[in-house]
Amino acid sequence: MAIGLNHYLIVSAILFALGIFGIITRKNAIMVLMGLELVLNSANINFIAFSKFGGLNIEGHLAAIFVIILAAAEAAVALAIILNIYQNWRNINVDEIAKMKE
Amino acid sequence: MDLFEIIFYFFAAIVLVSALVVVLSKNIMYSAFSLLFTFFGVAGLFVLLNADFVGITQIMVYVGGILVLIIFGVMITTKVTGVDIKEGISGKLQYAGAGIITLLTAIFLSLMFINGKWITGSSTDVHATIHQIGTLLMTKYILAFEAAAILLLIAFIGAALIGRRKA
Repeated sequence: MAIGLNHYLIVSAILFALGIFGIITRKNAIMVLMGLELVLNSANINFIAFSKFGGLNIEGHLAAIFVIILAAAEAAVALAIILNIYQNWRNINVDEIAKMKE
Repeated sequence: MDLFEIIFYFFAAIVLVSALVVVLSKNIMYSAFSLLFTFFGVAGLFVLLNADFVGITQIMVYVGGILVLIIFGVMITTKVTGVDIKEGISGKLQYAGAGIITLLTAIFLSLMFINGKWITGSSTDVHATIHQIGTLLMTKYILAFEAAAILLLIAFIGAALIGRRKA
């Protein structure tokens, strides 16, 4: 059976579900961020798969590149916020922290 | 089974197994390092889909940038590399609930993807996508390109402002 659209879509579906699992179960804010990266990667796989098999051609690549740009910006800002929270609270447990300052 | 299929299943296995390690590992350092393998596997899938430029961008931005940031964050903020999931009966319940939600999400998405009537057009035979991507970025998508540049500038200035040590 030749590798087609469905193979890539199923890989991305499982990756998306694993990312959701990481976001739900972990308390550490950085682990939540890692789950988010998995979700963004699964979206990117879909974009590229449809750009090959769905006739989306090069425009899917551009969408994936913009997703990567947004992921970079998001990671930088989120880690800066996490460092700030750590300086104030000495932990980064998302269940306990509701404020950025005491 | 030809070589292409073997390579596809190899990369898919790398992606899924290392993503499992990311979300299940008790040690956050192991999670961060297996995220590396996930990113490399996704880059391999991109290259298999004729997306060479996006694959290289994936390696440079994710592995060279985001992952290094994440590992720095882990090393700065984590004192004990211990379990960070909830203990006790409520933790078990949350874990089980999250597992059920994850399984349902995966099954639902897979069924939707398999049964969907996707419009499958034949793609043009692309080799060396970088020229086409550059042309499109400078013509049709120039506004989005500039907006992304401004967004990145603002995000990095904001991150530097938020993250600096208060005097």
